[in-house]
Amino acid sequence: MIEFEIFGNKDTRSGFGEGLQELGQKNPNVVGLCADLIGSLKMDAFKKENPDRFFQTGIAEANMIGIAAGMTIGGKIPFTGTFAIFSTGRVYDQIRQSVAYSNKNVKICASHAGLTLGEDGATHQVLEDIGMMKMLPNMTVVVPCDFNQTKQATIAIADHEGPVYLRFGRPVMPIFIKPDAEFVIGKADVLIEGTDVTIIACGHMVWKSIEAAKKLEAKGISVELINMHTIKPLDAAAILKSVSKTKCVVTAEEHMINGGLGDSVAQVLTRNLLVPQEFVGVNDTFGESGNPMELMTKYGIDTDNVVEAALKAISRK
Amino acid sequence: METLELEKIASQVRRDILRMVSAVNSGHPGGSLGCADFLTVLYFDIMNHNASNFSMDGLNEDIFFLSNGHISPVWYSVLARSGYFPTSELGTFRKLGSRLQGHPSTDKKLPGIRMASGSLGQGLSVAVGTANAKKLNNDKSLVFTLHGDGELQEGQIWEALMYAAANKVDNLIATIDYNGRQIDGDVDDVLSLGNLHAKFTAFGWEVLEMDGHNIDELKATLRKAISMTGNQKPIVIIMKTEMGQGVDFMIGSHKWHGVAPNPEQLENALGQLTETLGDY
Repeated sequence: MIEFEIFGNKDTRSGFGEGLQELGQKNPNVVGLCADLIGSLKMDAFKKENPDRFFQTGIAEANMIGIAAGMTIGGKIPFTGTFAIFSTGRVYDQIRQSVAYSNKNVKICASHAGLTLGEDGATHQVLEDIGMMKMLPNMTVVVPCDFNQTKQATIAIADHEGPVYLRFGRPVMPIFIKPDAEFVIGKADVLIEGTDVTIIACGHMVWKSIEAAKKLEAKGISVELINMHTIKPLDAAAILKSVSKTKCVVTAEEHMINGGLGDSVAQVLTRNLLVPQEFVGVNDTFGESGNPMELMTKYGIDTDNVVEAALKAISRK
Repeated sequence: METLELEKIASQVRRDILRMVSAVNSGHPGGSLGCADFLTVLYFDIMNHNASNFSMDGLNEDIFFLSNGHISPVWYSVLARSGYFPTSELGTFRKLGSRLQGHPSTDKKLPGIRMASGSLGQGLSVAVGTANAKKLNNDKSLVFTLHGDGELQEGQIWEALMYAAANKVDNLIATIDYNGRQIDGDVDDVLSLGNLHAKFTAFGWEVLEMDGHNIDELKATLRKAISMTGNQKPIVIIMKTEMGQGVDFMIGSHKWHGVAPNPEQLENALGQLTETLGDY
């Protein structure tokens, strides 16, 4: 029986806030920047405890990214905070030139990613950010799955020298990663071991995939579930090890199918081990206003979509 | 440094610029020639910097950012002539594998460069960040920047101007290369900046003006700017220059913004500029 200990329910952005607060206490070089979304990003505690190391930039994200890049000259480790849409698309060229190409030690921390931003609608529901960020040389892309892992990832990226994109979200979701779990950038977590199909998921879709694995288990199907919290560098070894056993794959992400986790996995498989792959993600469409969980259902990234994709992948073996 | 000595260096820098861009038939000589006097004075007379032992963090050193990265030839020449890297390397400009990329970059690790630039409008934000870091480090040295006047059409510049004044970033001296030209023509025809002095003042900056081709005035104005730092306000200098300064057929026209002289034109131009320190 698939069982996970649940450590409560929280939003991943609160994990970021707690992680940043802890970093503020232990690393004097960590600085925080925010473009008028301190409450939404849960940066209040860091700001309160480190007023000299917190920089409110106002609604000027391009300037925030530039300031962050400049602060690395002198040894600071800037963590920028705003919504994922404003953390990426709005400032792509600033990130490209002043952060990625210049290889600066900036941590771009992006909340409210994906459809689960909810009622604000498609203007704010970025579904392209993983693609934009993973295409940039020097950029590491991390998408943690729950509150605990987001906190662990936030702390871990401070010790990684180089640009990082950290993506998290708004909805309250179950916490299933142990509070003391080790987080290693680029090393995938195998959450469930199984033999019939490999599900590779990131972010909120990891919980959806756990639910899907339980439903599939009830149908007598053995799922291996990989929490691919680092999209880049991708843990190809973990993928190939699992797929060589299960012989088929489902990828699941709260992101466009074009350019996301599934694309990265497909590249690994195409080069190394051709097996059927099914993609759970948003299929070339913008979102809309609505309740986060209803949106996941409408746009095809819910538990049942993962179940169907798994059955299809198995049937194509 | 004596004015005469600085004039000699600037003449050699102009020769370097012309030879670099002509050799690869590409690059941006116009704005480079126009800023040769400024960068010569900045690096040889004003900034406290360590050319022989470059460090990315530049702790306790003055730091310069070239926001209008396309005038890289003048910066590369001044860096080399200052001792950051061998002048012979100027001959690799824009060639495959060179550390002297078309626009400044850090990935080839050319000493003297701390940030890529080229996509315009980003350098002031970066400078504000470094100025912030200096304050956090209790580092009393300064941050200098150079921007094109056309570059001020980028919105991010005005975000940074607003931020720096509101947050009293008073260890920063920005300079505007006010030559009135950009690729498509005169700035006033492309998109007028209006009353730039008044705009900077309204944005809360201390504003100075100087003639970018008068070495004594450059020295005096930059010293005055330094004396005004630490006074709760950022400082900007509107520097009047001529694009193509030093070469009679290039001066005052936007046509040499991004066009290199051919071998005949190069010979003509070099004939107008004394070789003072030896060509690379």
